[in-house]
Amino acid sequence: MAAAAGAAAADEAEKARGRRAALSFAAIAVVLGLPLWWRTTETYRAALPYADIAALGELSFQLAAPVAVVFAPGSLPGDLPRPLPFRETQEEETLLNPRTSIMSRYEMVYRSTTAQEEAALDAVTVQEADATLHPLQDASLGSLTVYVIPETSSLLPQCLTGSRCLAGYEITFSLLNPDPKSHAVHWDIEGAVSHYVQPFLDKLSFMANFSVDSQILYYAVLGVTPRFDKESSSFLLSAHSLPHVINPVEARLGSSAASLYPVLNFLLYVPERSHSPLYIQDKDGALVGTNAFHSPRWGGIMVYNVEGPAPPQASLPLRVDVDMVRVMEVFLAQLRLLFGVSREVLPPEFLLESPGNEGLADWELDRLLWARTVENVATVSTTLTSLAQLLDKIGNIVIKDDVASEVYRAVAAVQSAMAELATGRLHSAFQASKEAVTSSERAFFDPSLLHLLYFPDDQKFAIYIPLFLPMAVPILLSLAKIFREAKQRKKEPTKTD
Amino acid sequence: MAARRARAAAALLLGCCGAALASGVQDQAEQFFKSGHTNNWAVLVCTSRFWFNYRHVANTLSVYRSVKRLGIPDSHIVLMLADDMACNPRNPKPATVFSHKNMELNVYGDDVEVDYRSYEVTVENFLRVLTGRIPPGTPRSKRLLSDDRSNILIYMTGHGGNGFLKFQDSEEITNVELADAFEQMWQKRRYNELLFIIDTCQGASMYERFYSPNIMALASSQVGEDSLSHQPDLGIGVHLMDRYTFYVLEFLEEIHPASQTNMNDLFQVCPKSLCVSTPGHRTDLFQRDPQNVLITDFFGSVRKVEITAETISLDPNLAAFESKPPKDELAAEPLKYAEQLPVAQIIHQKPKQKDWHPPGGFILGLWALIIMVFFKTYGIKHMKHIF
Repeated sequence: MAAAAGAAAADEAEKARGRRAALSFAAIAVVLGLPLWWRTTETYRAALPYADIAALGELSFQLAAPVAVVFAPGSLPGDLPRPLPFRETQEEETLLNPRTSIMSRYEMVYRSTTAQEEAALDAVTVQEADATLHPLQDASLGSLTVYVIPETSSLLPQCLTGSRCLAGYEITFSLLNPDPKSHAVHWDIEGAVSHYVQPFLDKLSFMANFSVDSQILYYAVLGVTPRFDKESSSFLLSAHSLPHVINPVEARLGSSAASLYPVLNFLLYVPERSHSPLYIQDKDGALVGTNAFHSPRWGGIMVYNVEGPAPPQASLPLRVDVDMVRVMEVFLAQLRLLFGVSREVLPPEFLLESPGNEGLADWELDRLLWARTVENVATVSTTLTSLAQLLDKIGNIVIKDDVASEVYRAVAAVQSAMAELATGRLHSAFQASKEAVTSSERAFFDPSLLHLLYFPDDQKFAIYIPLFLPMAVPILLSLAKIFREAKQRKKEPTKTD
Repeated sequence: MAARRARAAAALLLGCCGAALASGVQDQAEQFFKSGHTNNWAVLVCTSRFWFNYRHVANTLSVYRSVKRLGIPDSHIVLMLADDMACNPRNPKPATVFSHKNMELNVYGDDVEVDYRSYEVTVENFLRVLTGRIPPGTPRSKRLLSDDRSNILIYMTGHGGNGFLKFQDSEEITNVELADAFEQMWQKRRYNELLFIIDTCQGASMYERFYSPNIMALASSQVGEDSLSHQPDLGIGVHLMDRYTFYVLEFLEEIHPASQTNMNDLFQVCPKSLCVSTPGHRTDLFQRDPQNVLITDFFGSVRKVEITAETISLDPNLAAFESKPPKDELAAEPLKYAEQLPVAQIIHQKPKQKDWHPPGGFILGLWALIIMVFFKTYGIKHMKHIF
C-alpha cells in the first residue's frame, strides 16, 4: 500500500518533471529560437533618416536677394517715403507646384550714387557706362532711374527647360563634308574654341566638367533630300523634315565612344556642290537667318553655304575657309539655349547689355546658378523620397552601411544648400546642392541595391516547414497534453484519495 | 515714385516671365495629346538558348531591324541575345539568321550590335539594365541611359508560363519582379512612357502585376494559352519565327518614320484566326488614349528640333582669352588610364562584416539534442507521454 502510494508519488513527481521539461523546451524555442531565426534571416537594412527625407518632400525655398536702387543726381523723385538712404524689404511668394514654393525676399536699399558711379554714368554711351563690373540698366525717360543689380539677381528663373544639370558634358564639334571632291574645307576649330568657346565654358567651369573635341567627317550626308526652289534657285530644307536629319548622321558621329558624360554635338554641314546653296525654312516658309537648328539635350546643326558661285574655270576642289566667327556666334547661341539660358524679352524702355565674348553675362550666370540649385535640390528630394518609398514597397532590398552614409551626406548637403540659399550665398549653395545630387545618385544607383530575387510566400513556407515542423510537433503535442491534463485535474480535484 | 517704378520694373520682368508662361500653357494644351518624349530607347531581350529556340533569336533580331529602320540608333538599343544562332555549329547557313522560310530575309548582318550575349543574359543583368544599378566600368553600350523624357520599348521573347519567364533554361523572372523593376524605373523617372511587348506562352500573366503609370503592354497569348510558332524551314530544320511576332513585323513593314498609324491598329494585329492564341493588351495604366499614341512614338525615333532664331554677337578683334596659369599646370600632368581595379579601395577596406550563420548541421544537432533529452527524461517506454 505504501509501496503503491510511493510508486504513485514517484510517478506523480516524474510527471511533474516531464511537464516542466516540456514547458521549458517550449519556452526556449519561443524566447530564444524564434528571435534568433528572425534576426539571421532578415534583409540587412542600415538605419536611414526617414524623418528628414519626409521633411524634404515639402520644399519651401527662401531666397534672399539684396537689391540696391541707386539714384543718380537729378533723378531723385520727390515722393520717396523716406529720405535716402533707406532700406525696405519686399517679400514675394511664388508657387512652383502645390508642394514647392519660393519665398523671395528683396532687401531694397535706396541710395544715391557714389562718385565713381557718377563718373561711370557720365559716359556718353551705354557701352562706355559699363565700366564697372555690374551691368547697368538705363531707363531713358529723361530721368535717370538707375536700377543696379548687384551679384545676385532678383529675377526668378524661367521654366527649367534646359538640359538637366549633370556632372559633366562632352562637347563635340564636327565638320561634315559630303563632297570632298568639290570642296576642300578648312576650319580653324582650335583657335575658335580657345577664343570663343573656352571663355564661356570657363565661366561655367565650377558647374560642370567640360571637355571639347572636334572631328571632320567626309562623305557624311544629311539623310534628307532638299527641295529645289526655282524662284530663289536654291535648295530648301523644310521645317518638318528637320527631325529626320539627326538620326542617320548620329551613328557616324562616334559619340558613344567618347565618354560616360552626355555628349553635345555641334555639326557644321557644308552642302554638296550640286545642292548649294542650301537654306532652312521655318514653319511659315521663311528662310531662317542663322541657317541652323538645334535639338534639346542633343546639340545643334548649322548649314554653311560656300560663298558665291565658283568661277567656271576654277579647279576643283575649291578651297573653303570657314568663317569661324559667324559659325561660333550660332554655336554659342545654341549652347546657351541648350543650357537653358535664354533671352529675356524686355519692355522697350530697357536696353540689355550684350554678353560680349564671354558669351554669358554675370546676371545670366547667377540666374542659371539659381535655377540649377533649385533643380538640384528638387532632384535630390525626389530621389531620396523615391528611395524611401521603394524600401517601403519592396521588402527585399538590402541597404549597406556605405549606402546609408551616402544618404546621410545627401540629406545634410541639401539642408545646408537650403540654408545658404536663405542667406543669399549662391555659390556655396550651388556647391552644396551639387554634392547632394552626387551623393543621392550614388546611393540610389548603388549596384548592391538590386533587390533579392523575389521569394513568394509559398516558397518561404516550403523552405522552412521541413526544418521547423519536426521540432515543433513534439513540443506542441506535449504542451497540448499538459493542458489537457491540467483541465482534467481541475475537473476532478479529488481523484487521489 | 522710384520705389513704384522699381517695383513696376520688377513686376514687368516677372510679367514677361508670366506672359511666356501663358503662351507656354497654350502650347502645352497642344502638346497634351502628343507624347512629351524627346528620345527613344529599346530593350530587346531573347531569353532562350539551344538550337531549337532559333525562332526566339529570329524574333528579336527582326524587331531590332524594324526599330533601326524606323530611326532608333544603335546607341539607344540594348540588344540581349541568349544564344548565338548565326555561328551555331548546327546552322547549315553560318552567319545568317533567317526570319522567313525559303531563306528570304536574313536578319543578321554586319551591322547588328549585340550588347549582352550568351551567358550575360541573366535575370540579374536584365534587372540591372532596367533599374540602372550597373557596376561602374560597364561600357556605355550596355547601359540604358534613359531620362524622364524617354519612351522605352521593351520586347521580350522566350519560354514562359503563368507569372514567369524562363531565362537560359536555368532561372526565371517573375511578373512581380518585373513590376517592381518598372516601379523603380518610375520612381527614378527613367521613362516617360513604356511599351512592353511579350511573345511567350501565357504572356498576359507577365503584365498582370504592373502598377506603375504610363505603361502599355501587349502579349501574344492569354493565361492558359500557348503561343505558337509560325512555320518551319525544312532546309534549316527549325521553326523560324513565332506567329505573333511574324504578324507584328508584317504590320511594322507598312510603317515609315512619318506615318500616323496609332496603337489601336497594333492591338488588332494577329487575330485568333491567324495566331491561334488570343493576343492581349493592357492600357489602363497609360494616361493617353491609345487612339492618340503613334506607333512611331515607340518604334521610331523622331527628334524634337527647334529653329535657332537668335545669335549672340562676338567681337573677333578681342585678344585671345589668356588661360589662367593653373590650367597649364594641369596640362602638364601625365595622362594615365582610368582606374580599372580600385586597388586602394580593396587594400584599405574594412574587414567585411560577415553575417552570422549558425554552424553547419545546426538543425540536425538541435534535433538530436531534443530527442536525447526527451529520451533521457522519459525513457523510451515513456514516449506515450508525448504521443
